[in-house]
Amino acid sequence: MQQSPDQIRRAYRQMRLIREFEERLHVENPKGEIAGFTHLYSGQEAIAVGVCENLRDTDYIISTHRGHGHCLARGCDPKGMMHEIYGRADGLGKGRGGSMHIADLDKGMLGANGIVGGGQPIAVGAAVACKARQDGSVSVSFTGDGASNQGTVFEAMNMAVVLKLPKVFVLENNGYSEHTGASYGIGGDLKTRTEGFGIPVWEADGFDYFSVYDAAGEAIEHARAGKGPSAILATATRYFGHFEGDPQNYRAKDEVKNFRETKDALKRIREKVTGAGIFTAEDLDSIDAEVLKLIDDSVGTARNGPVPGADIMMSDVYVDY
Amino acid sequence: MAVLTMRDALNQALHEEMERDPSVIVMGEDVAGGAGGSSGNVEAAGGIFGVTKGLKTKYGADRVIDTPISESAIVGLANGSALAGMRPVAELMFADFVGVSLDQIFNQMAKFRYMFGGKAKVPVVLRMSMGAGMNAAAQHSQTIYPMLTMVPGLKIVIPSNPADAKGMMKQAIRDDDPVIFFEHKALYSRKGEVPDGEHLVPFGQAELVREGSDVTVVALARMVPFAIKAVDKLAEEGITCDLIDLRTTSPLDEDAVLESLSMTGRLVVVDESNPMCSIASEIAGIAASKGFSSLRAPVQKVTAPHTPVPFARELERMYVPSPGDIEAAIRRVMEGA
Repeated sequence: MQQSPDQIRRAYRQMRLIREFEERLHVENPKGEIAGFTHLYSGQEAIAVGVCENLRDTDYIISTHRGHGHCLARGCDPKGMMHEIYGRADGLGKGRGGSMHIADLDKGMLGANGIVGGGQPIAVGAAVACKARQDGSVSVSFTGDGASNQGTVFEAMNMAVVLKLPKVFVLENNGYSEHTGASYGIGGDLKTRTEGFGIPVWEADGFDYFSVYDAAGEAIEHARAGKGPSAILATATRYFGHFEGDPQNYRAKDEVKNFRETKDALKRIREKVTGAGIFTAEDLDSIDAEVLKLIDDSVGTARNGPVPGADIMMSDVYVDY
Repeated sequence: MAVLTMRDALNQALHEEMERDPSVIVMGEDVAGGAGGSSGNVEAAGGIFGVTKGLKTKYGADRVIDTPISESAIVGLANGSALAGMRPVAELMFADFVGVSLDQIFNQMAKFRYMFGGKAKVPVVLRMSMGAGMNAAAQHSQTIYPMLTMVPGLKIVIPSNPADAKGMMKQAIRDDDPVIFFEHKALYSRKGEVPDGEHLVPFGQAELVREGSDVTVVALARMVPFAIKAVDKLAEEGITCDLIDLRTTSPLDEDAVLESLSMTGRLVVVDESNPMCSIASEIAGIAASKGFSSLRAPVQKVTAPHTPVPFARELERMYVPSPGDIEAAIRRVMEGA
């Protein structure tokens, strides 16, 4: 699928934004200012961006506990996200949600989700609303290899098929379900399992933005056209642990280093677009510099952001009670 | 006013709200029934208790959705469609099936608004039948409202009569928060006068069913008609009771209980649930912490025993609090013991 230079520039910037956001959190986390669990998406940027660059404003996505990348790819404000991760009153969740519960309903982002496999049935529900509106909108869920073994995912797939919903399942295999290899935890394989429900699967190289973009484009078009649910299976890796602080004793010593050197999604897109003469390295470097400044600013303001008080704790449990 | 069963009152509420608001949709197992069957009847069930009867024929398959047996996905369907602007009324055939869908209820729908910075609205109504009375045994007879009452973010609605059932269902559908709507199986055929057309019952307002001066009796769901029997019988002997139907356990009308208690000084709480961490315990706790100076005798709790719901007719009858049990509790509290 042909993309304009503007589209490619935006996609590159989104991928760089995710990378810098996550690499910076990896640096900041041990300093002790960030509370709770943080799960980083570095290494999988091409998947979130390759999918979300195909979406319209009226579409929905739902994410996972490893959600920063999906949120950024869907257009959530990086500063609002950073403030939320730091537990600030002006974060996207007012400091009540944190890293695992970032959402922005105005962007069609129905939330990261702390329960593995919790999001898929909800995304099927959003697809019911899409179908009712008859505007060609779709609902997309991101599902890791670990969540793929939850019964909720099977229920969600079957329900989407039975009701013939505009629902796109993005299966992201990053090789590990927490501290256990995906090859151990998955009976059969994700593609034939999904096809077993009658859902067509488009496979993509999860390190390659263009591969994901093209696969997602076809899968999403299938759902938009009213042909029922579809799926994208993309394989990549995560550069960091399951959570920040995970010693990763389950991984071979050079595994991440090798992926970074030979497969890296950011390197890959740079090589492709500079090689094709679409942008120069300097063009891309200037995007990098702008993103770096944005992340610097976000961390700077988040570190000193307003602390939430009892009024925030006690509000928004209900609309009206 | 027409005299209707609770089943028909609920059905009327659903018809009226679906007519009024095109964003109201209904979903669940066999809410219509018949899809894929050999008879060709596309509305073979109308809900196993008949509450959703006629909806599919009138409003079509896109708004009245027969689902596979997938409780997690049913509640998820409601959650996601609500986040995306619909007003879903989802059915779990039996409240016991909360067990297979609990994550979607207490981790998801109850918490979206809070976690997501106050932006989300989750106008879900999750209907479920509950209670003993059909010898349906331990996995189809529970009254699990105490479990869900403890969850912040949920509203818990438990009607005892047809008029309330209609008014509270209409209120629940229009409410912007998630509402768990418990329907007692043994009350579906209970008849009563039901206002025609617009009739809304606000949440958090208990109803004073009987007025008296000696004892405050607090009950809900099927225990209300049982308590009416006991209270009316004792009135003939000159023992008069305030009988309070809580109607919702979240929000809970503490004031109604405390106000009555301040007049009577004696409290009997009747709850079909198991005794520990029950609504009976909660009301007794409120009396102890906020109404202690009014109490002239120990609070009497009338609940099921701490056992699963048994099957055999004789056992189930023994399990469910009876009008006789309530009468005995009122006599005990009058004796001050």
